[in-house]
Amino acid sequence: MNKAIFSLKKVSKVFPGVKALDGVDLHLYPGQVTALLGENGAGKSTLVKTMTGIYQPDGGDIIFNGKPVQFHSPHDSHALGITAIHQETVLFDDLTVAENIFLGNYPMKKGPMTKYFSIDWSAMVTRSQDILSSINAHMDPNQILRELSIGQKHMVGIARALSVDAKVVILDEPTAALSHHEIHELYELVNTLKQQGKAILFITHKFDEIFALADRYTVFRDGCYVGEGFIKDTNEGQLVEMMVARSIAATYPKKDVEIGETLLEVSNLCHTTEFANISFSLKKGEILGVYGLVGSGRTEVMQALFGTTDHVTGTVKMNGKEVIIHSPKDAIENGIVYVPEERQKQGIVLELPIYQNISLPQMDRLAKHGNLDQESEMSLARQYCERLQVKASCWEEKVMNLSGGNQQKVVIAKWLATNPKVIILDEPTKGIDIGSKAAVHEFMSELVDSGLAVIMVSSELPEIMGMSDRILVMNEGLIVSELSRADATPEKVVSLATGGHVTC
Amino acid sequence: MLRRFIYSREGILSMIVLAMFLAVGTISPDFISVSNSISIFNDTSILIMLALGQMLVILTRCIDLSVAANVAFTGMVVAMVNQYFPTLNMFVLMLLALGIGAFLGAINGLFVWLLKVPSIVITLGTMSIYRGATFLLSDGAWVNSHQMSEAFIGLPRYEILSIPVLAWMAIITILLAFWTMKFSVWGRNFYSAGGNPMAAFYSGVNVGKVQFYAFLVSGTLAGLCGYLWVSRFAVAYVDVANGFELQVIAACVIGGVSIVGGLGTVVGCVIGALFIGVVNNALPIIGVSPFWQMAISGLVIIIAVVANASSDKDKARIILRKPEASVGSAPSQSH
Repeated sequence: MNKAIFSLKKVSKVFPGVKALDGVDLHLYPGQVTALLGENGAGKSTLVKTMTGIYQPDGGDIIFNGKPVQFHSPHDSHALGITAIHQETVLFDDLTVAENIFLGNYPMKKGPMTKYFSIDWSAMVTRSQDILSSINAHMDPNQILRELSIGQKHMVGIARALSVDAKVVILDEPTAALSHHEIHELYELVNTLKQQGKAILFITHKFDEIFALADRYTVFRDGCYVGEGFIKDTNEGQLVEMMVARSIAATYPKKDVEIGETLLEVSNLCHTTEFANISFSLKKGEILGVYGLVGSGRTEVMQALFGTTDHVTGTVKMNGKEVIIHSPKDAIENGIVYVPEERQKQGIVLELPIYQNISLPQMDRLAKHGNLDQESEMSLARQYCERLQVKASCWEEKVMNLSGGNQQKVVIAKWLATNPKVIILDEPTKGIDIGSKAAVHEFMSELVDSGLAVIMVSSELPEIMGMSDRILVMNEGLIVSELSRADATPEKVVSLATGGHVTC
Repeated sequence: MLRRFIYSREGILSMIVLAMFLAVGTISPDFISVSNSISIFNDTSILIMLALGQMLVILTRCIDLSVAANVAFTGMVVAMVNQYFPTLNMFVLMLLALGIGAFLGAINGLFVWLLKVPSIVITLGTMSIYRGATFLLSDGAWVNSHQMSEAFIGLPRYEILSIPVLAWMAIITILLAFWTMKFSVWGRNFYSAGGNPMAAFYSGVNVGKVQFYAFLVSGTLAGLCGYLWVSRFAVAYVDVANGFELQVIAACVIGGVSIVGGLGTVVGCVIGALFIGVVNNALPIIGVSPFWQMAISGLVIIIAVVANASSDKDKARIILRKPEASVGSAPSQSH
């Protein structure tokens, strides 16, 4: 067996409050595909950024061709032939295929003067053609990128990555945006690269891809190295177990709340491109977990419920009565609120004072004949900000002067102040450190205790397992399964969400 | 309260305007007389009204380049109506001006709202269209003072409590704007829709509709100013108020209206306009060519923007107010 061309040994990366990588190992071999597995938040993206010189590790060694190396910038890793193809490649729609492939690295003419400022266009086109044909992509290098299909653009991205003499190729969820046919072409390409002796790191959530392509695997969990081995010696169940194994119930403050009557009933919600046949119900006092990979349609369904999406068919009933929701305003009036994933970006107006942010969704309710009643705005802000312990010198303080954590609290206070019946939390603990996560979970328990119903969308499995009364699993725009708290196991949930079949 | 005003952007700017005013007074004492002060304000009235309309538009992350062309078109229409129907009631004529202005503003607003076209493109287009329409309407001819009725020319000059009606109109506009922006849901929406359109949308605010209203108000005020302009200068022609939109935008920017939206006050906007008004009036008195006025306004805009940018940078976030203020403090009360 040949030697690893690229190795990470005991590499760590720390961000304020989070240890993203904790002494991980990874080895890549020429002519072999290594699959990297791990849940969301396992540290895969951080690893890719460390390998490509975007992040500098806080500890450990990076070894290339037997020698320790240091990457101070993406340029350093690029120069050694380490190249990454990302989920969404950054390309320029108005440039030609050849220009995109060589952007920033144009072949120059050879003359004494011209080598500094004169691009060798004909060399660029011929070399583009060579690279494109080596990956079986047949297109004209002079074509403008805008005219290509998504799959073709992807091939240009790959050609760009290969325009340097690549020795290590990182594929970060390359199939996420591709059609079935295009995925097949990508498989062929990976096999071509393999035969050319390149070391390939393949990151994906889909097990069928792993078993079709990879020679080896490495598993991470919560920023730690779990294990590695040969694909031929393992099976899906074993890999899932490595990815998710941990004690779950211990850390979650799940309260026993009496589940009341049905509050929300969604039937046959469909959208032309994002999701179909979404039916579920929600009872008073219940936490409904919605699990799915990024791109499974879970956020889109919730936004449709909140009235932000057009072209949605199906019925929504609140307390047995059908409600029509065409805008967030309709949703708020019917007692459904949605706390978006990007709370700072989508949740608050930084330039406005706290109390005006709190009253924003219900100004009409607070106003008398269109005139604002500052007194009732203030008392509402006082009531809910004190309940959530927002720290501010006064409620007239502009939100931009608050810390990030307090800004998040203002967002949640704003929605609670509307006195909702159903609250949809999209990734409630994303970007929050571990201590605060517990506080958020405790708060969710309190919400249902006070008679609300909560829909929690999350890609963090422990959170889903620990907090939900019921779990909806989504995959490719469909609800693939509904599990009760007792029936759900981490293995089952992950397997369903990745399109696999339940074996255990 | 007073202290807070003095240290605010509006406070500092108003002191600069006041200092300039007094400094010119040391050279020419007549400059700071009551009658001259009223005359400066009267001179600036149109700029103030247009700047307040423009402020709403800029607050919602848009821009209205067509205001000056709107002034020219509406001014021409009312002047010609007056020329051919000299006995028509002034009240009706004013309603006509408001209506035409509102219509032209609504065209801008509808494009921005329904077609989601960037406002700079739309109003750049309508700016030329409205100006061109003025030419087509008048065939390039002027409406001169002798073709206008006495009431048409006299109304803005009519004095109530020794203040001309033109100035009174600006005062009423300022008071209405102040009240609207501070105390009405409608006014608040301009701030939320511009400050963070996404958050406003999720909170049930129809951002496009708010932008439409901004253009509607800007156009309506431009229509009113169209009449006031041709009446005040007693002439209507194609090039009326040519390039004036830039002064209007300048007044907003000097007054602290953030060009990226969401920030700006009525008081600041008015003082920004007064700044330009005082400079315009002072330069001839201290013997500086009026052509310097453009350069001075330009310099002040750059200084104002740089000052805003650096004050934003210095803004300390209150992260460690109290030890327990850090994230993660759990909600303790149950209910």
